[in-house]
Amino acid sequence: MSTAKLVAESGKIVDVATTDAPLTVRGLTVSYGNKPAVFSVDASIPAGSMTAIIGPNGAGKSTFLKGTLGVVPRLSGEVRIFGKLFAEARDRVAYVPQRASVDWDFPARVIDVVLMGLYGSVGLFRLWRSRHREQAMECLERVGMADFADRQIGQLSGGQQQRVFLARALAQNAEFYLLDEPFAGVDAATERAIVSVLKELKAEGRTVVCVHHDLSTVPEYFDRVLLINVRRIAEGPVETTFTAENLQETYGGRLASAHIDELHLA
Amino acid sequence: MIDDLITALGAEFVQLSLTPIVIGVLAAVACALPGNFLLLRRQALIGDAISHVVLPGIVGAFLVTGTITAVPMMLGAGVAAIIAVVMIEVVKRLGRVEPGAAMGLVFTTLFAAGVLFLEITDTSSVHIDVQHALLGNLESLIWFDADGWGSVLDPAALATLPPQLPRLAIVLVGIGLFILLFWKELKISTFDAAFAGAIGIRTRLLSFALVVVTAIAAVAAFDAVGSIIVIAMFVCPPASARLMTNQLGRQVGWSALFASISAILGYVFAGYGPGWFGSPYAVSAAGMIATISGVILILTCLFGPQRKRTGQRAEA
Repeated sequence: MSTAKLVAESGKIVDVATTDAPLTVRGLTVSYGNKPAVFSVDASIPAGSMTAIIGPNGAGKSTFLKGTLGVVPRLSGEVRIFGKLFAEARDRVAYVPQRASVDWDFPARVIDVVLMGLYGSVGLFRLWRSRHREQAMECLERVGMADFADRQIGQLSGGQQQRVFLARALAQNAEFYLLDEPFAGVDAATERAIVSVLKELKAEGRTVVCVHHDLSTVPEYFDRVLLINVRRIAEGPVETTFTAENLQETYGGRLASAHIDELHLA
Repeated sequence: MIDDLITALGAEFVQLSLTPIVIGVLAAVACALPGNFLLLRRQALIGDAISHVVLPGIVGAFLVTGTITAVPMMLGAGVAAIIAVVMIEVVKRLGRVEPGAAMGLVFTTLFAAGVLFLEITDTSSVHIDVQHALLGNLESLIWFDADGWGSVLDPAALATLPPQLPRLAIVLVGIGLFILLFWKELKISTFDAAFAGAIGIRTRLLSFALVVVTAIAAVAAFDAVGSIIVIAMFVCPPASARLMTNQLGRQVGWSALFASISAILGYVFAGYGPGWFGSPYAVSAAGMIATISGVILILTCLFGPQRKRTGQRAEA
C-alpha cells in the first residue's frame, strides 16, 4: 500500500491511500441545502468483508452510499472503488437502492426488473435477448422467486420486492455489493433468504456493505461495522468496534443504555 | 349501404377529410409516445408547461420571420423554453417562492404574453390567431389538389400535401426512433433513477432529452390540435393504456392505438356528428379529439383489465 498526493475537487491537496480495496473514502461531504447530511467521512472497506453501516435515522447512511456512487452530488471528498474512480469501476459494483424509493406500480413484471441488472451486457441500442432471460431466471432462482417471474411487480409483498431487487443486483454479477436497508420491512423468511445470499456472496470472495437498522442482528450477519452520525464515529471489525461506548456516541441519548445491554456486544 | 360508404369515402373525403385525419393521428401518436414516460415519471404536467411556453415562442418566431414554418417555430419554442427556465430561477430567487409557484407563474405569464402578441399583431396573412393557437386548425389542413384516391399515388398531387403532414411524419419517426433506441435507458431510469445512475445511464441527459422530445411533439402538433388540447394528447392515451396492461411495451402500443382512435373518431364526430342530430354546423375537431380521448379514459377506468392494481406507491 502506498500513499499518493491527489488534488481533490476543491483544489486542496489530500492524501488518498491508493489501494485496490473495494471502497476507499476520504473526507466525503454531501449536503442537501445548507445542512451537511454527511460531513467529512472516511471509510475503507476491505475485500471479502461484510460491513454494516449503522447510525440513527437521518444520520446520512443512505446519503453516504449515494455519495460514494455519485447518485447524489458530492460537495467534497475522494472516493476510490477498487483503486479507481467509480465511473471506471462501475461494472464491478452493484447498488440496491431502498425498496421504497421506487414506484412499484410501474408497468413491469418481476423478470423485467431483474433484466435491468443485465443492462451492461446488452449493448447500446440493443434489447434483452433470450440468454439474458435465462440469466435473470437463475438469479430469481437464487432468491427463491423463480415462480414469480411473470408476476406484475405491484402484486408483490415488501419482502418479495426486496428479493427481486437483490436478484437484479445478482444479475449484475459484481464484486462489490452496496445495499440500502435490505431488511427494512421484510418478513422473517425473506430476511433469512437475503442473509444467506449475502453470505454466499462473501463466501465467493465478494464484498458486501449494507445500511442496517437492527442492532441486535449485527454480530450475527456482519463482520465489520461503520458507525455514522453525519460524521464517522468508528469503523472496524465487529469484535472491537461494535461496542457500547461507540454506539452511545453514535446514537447519543436516543439509544437507551438498557437496550445496549441486551445486545451481544464485544 | 355500400354505395353510401363509397360516396362517404370518395373524392370529397380524400380532399377534405383524409389529410386532417392523417395529421390528427400523427400528432396524437407523436404526443402519446413520450407521454407514457412523462406519466410514469409523474411529470405529466411537463407537457402542460411546455405547451404553454411554446406559444409565445411560435408567435415570436412568426413576428421575426413572417412565416409559419417548422424550423423557426422550433427555434422560437426553444428560445421561449430557455427564457422560461431563466425566469423561473429569477422568480424563485428574488421572490423567495417555492419552485411550483414560480413555474405556475412563469408558464401562465408567458402563455398570456403569447396570446397578447397574437391579438396585437397582424397575423391575417397566415392561419394563426388566438382560436387556432388554442384549439388548432385541423379542419383547414385540406388537400386542395386531390381529386380522389388516385391522388395518393400521384406525385404531382402529393407535392401539394399540407406541409404539416410530412413534418409530423418526420417528427413521429424521430420520436419513435428515440424511444426505440433508448428503450432500456428510458425504462430503467423511469422505474429506478438511482439505480440507473449507478449503472452508468446518463439520467439527467435522458430526462432533458425527453423534455426536448416532448417540446418537439408539442410544436409539431401545434397546427393540428393547438397548444391547449395537446395536453390531453400527452396524458389521456397513456393513462388509458396503463389500465390495459402491466407491461411497458404493451402500454406504449395501446397508447398509440388509443391516440389514433381518438384522432379518427374525434375528427369524424366533429365534422359529421352534429349533422346526425340535424345541426348544419361542425364542432372543433381538436376539442372532439380531446373529448374522445377522455371518453376512452373513462371506459378504461371502468372496464380496463388492470384498473384495480394493488401496487404500492413510492413512499419517498
